[in-house]
Amino acid sequence: MTTDIRFERRSALAEDRKARLSRMLEIRAFEDKAKELFGAGLVHGTTHTAHGQEAVAVAVGASTRLGDWVTCTYRGHGIALALGLTPESVLGEIMGRTCGSIGGVGGSMHLSDTELGLLPTFAIVGAGIPVAVGAALTCQVKETGGVGVAVFGDGATNIGAFHEGLNLAAIWRLPAVFVCENNVYGEYSRIDKTTPIADLVDRADSYGMRKRTVDGQDSDVACASLREEVDRTRAGEGPVLVEMKTYRYAGHSRADQAPYRPAGEFDDWYKRDPINTFERRLIDEGVLTLDSAAALRRDAAQTVETALEYVSSFDEPGTEAMFRNILA
Amino acid sequence: MTKLRFRQAIAQAIADEMRSDPDVVMFGEDVAVAGGPFKTSDGLLEEFGASRVRDTPISEMGFLGAAVGAAATGLRPVTEIMFIEFLGVALDQLVTEAAKYRYLSNGRLTVPLTMRASIGAGLGFGLQHSQTLENWLTATPGLKVVEPSDAQSAYGLLRAAIRDDNPVAFLEPRALYAEREEVATGDEAVLELGRASLVDEGSDVTIVALGQMVRAASAATRGADWSADVIDLRTLVPWDRDTVLASVARTRRLVVVEEAPYSGGWGSEIVAHVSSELFYDLAAPPMRITCPDTPVPFAKSLEERYLPGPDYVRDQVSALLTDGRVPAPWWNKGTNA
Repeated sequence: MTTDIRFERRSALAEDRKARLSRMLEIRAFEDKAKELFGAGLVHGTTHTAHGQEAVAVAVGASTRLGDWVTCTYRGHGIALALGLTPESVLGEIMGRTCGSIGGVGGSMHLSDTELGLLPTFAIVGAGIPVAVGAALTCQVKETGGVGVAVFGDGATNIGAFHEGLNLAAIWRLPAVFVCENNVYGEYSRIDKTTPIADLVDRADSYGMRKRTVDGQDSDVACASLREEVDRTRAGEGPVLVEMKTYRYAGHSRADQAPYRPAGEFDDWYKRDPINTFERRLIDEGVLTLDSAAALRRDAAQTVETALEYVSSFDEPGTEAMFRNILA
Repeated sequence: MTKLRFRQAIAQAIADEMRSDPDVVMFGEDVAVAGGPFKTSDGLLEEFGASRVRDTPISEMGFLGAAVGAAATGLRPVTEIMFIEFLGVALDQLVTEAAKYRYLSNGRLTVPLTMRASIGAGLGFGLQHSQTLENWLTATPGLKVVEPSDAQSAYGLLRAAIRDDNPVAFLEPRALYAEREEVATGDEAVLELGRASLVDEGSDVTIVALGQMVRAASAATRGADWSADVIDLRTLVPWDRDTVLASVARTRRLVVVEEAPYSGGWGSEIVAHVSSELFYDLAAPPMRITCPDTPVPFAKSLEERYLPGPDYVRDQVSALLTDGRVPAPWWNKGTNA
């Protein structure tokens, strides 16, 4: 993969709705493939897919730019693809191959491409929040014009790192954007069983911070809202907590079939599937035809198949890779 | 040469690095306006301003995490954990994030983060403010662990730690903060991490020590009827195997003096490695002189008893040399260690 492709992918989403749909389709097809590969036992370990949350990922990609820093969680395939990592580099990492984003020593939970602004993703819930605050500190001290963005789930709002990170960002008025993907479940537990408030965004009040609740299933709304908040923060208005209301279609990880989900809940959310609704809108508005929309879906599936073929031609890293990059 | 207290040498080292590198920033609890609870950052706010020198909330996970993010994205943060015990609520950020971040970036990132923390017993702070806890950190590939033993090494090692592109835990024996000595400053005084220092030279035994145990070990040699190489390890990870092995190869006896409970102490690592390398050259079993497996007691006489002092070290070494066997520790006389 050449550098250019990554940077083109990084900037492609900012203004182009068709590109956003394509990327969402790519993420969906990618997650389908990841699930299939793990299910078939072709990849070892575990994985956490973000089916249903594609509009949020794409909004993060579309609202930020080179020079910004993003931390995110182990449910990070979608965010990584949205920030411009190629399907080859993400799939390569998931499959533990040398072409992976960090050469196959990390796996599904540990993606990164610092040139694109994606700091290594975190397998510890909440840990990326203060780290994004630190990235925002760099932006402030060095006056880079960048912002630090932390993407995390609803479950992370109950861990200390969330509160400490938000507090620090608030008192130092850092250019930090906190994006909570409220996908309703923290691991195997519904958020309303573990958290005494309905709107997680209200926690911003404790830190005197701007807040915004966003429909994370509507790509246009998600992109426009997040863009506006990122721009305000970039302009010096201080940090913000954005709660993206979204839904995790799959269980927590590959081992979880989500039997705890109430009957009908998935179906209700699926009616507002971020890809289907956005595609329909683009067709209704004449941006796409039925044929061109179908072509985008085929392209996405083909992109992932091509990536799998490409990745399969690479080996697992040699023993020497284990010993690299421990110390500078 | 200037007369400096240990704590002033710390502040001086940070200031000198901040002068030479605008990316060096300092933050922690009460480090800016107050100049540090132990006055180890006195004057930094005044000289370098509020952007680079910041007070944080009582929020170790938050500010240590911020240090990780800042280090990964272009700053060179120095943070202060007031008492090493406070690291307990933030350990994830040092061990699982900072130390792994270079690996997880395929070598694209460096994490030039210095986490200073005060450690150790001797000042009556009680058992939650008197541990050393090196062994929380030593099994963490990707993290360096450094511990000075006096003002001079504090200055030279801290500057090296700040310059280092890796996360460094810099552990400062709190009981030494007020100690005053002639200190050479400037670039020539910067020390190399991973290099031990031979404090005393002798022929009968090699005594390896760290932090405030270095002076106990060195004092023990005075008035003894044996002589010792006393090695100040200075860096615990990676420790200077060459210097220690070369010395033990000559003296054929190894003693480690640790300010930590007996079980799981860092000296076990030294003893294990030296034993494996020099087993057939040893004239006596390696011996560890440590604290007992108890919390650090408060009452003054008990706290003094807790720490290995010069007389105890001298007696234990003398017994080892006389009997060729490891004597029982003071809390367990009459049985084997």
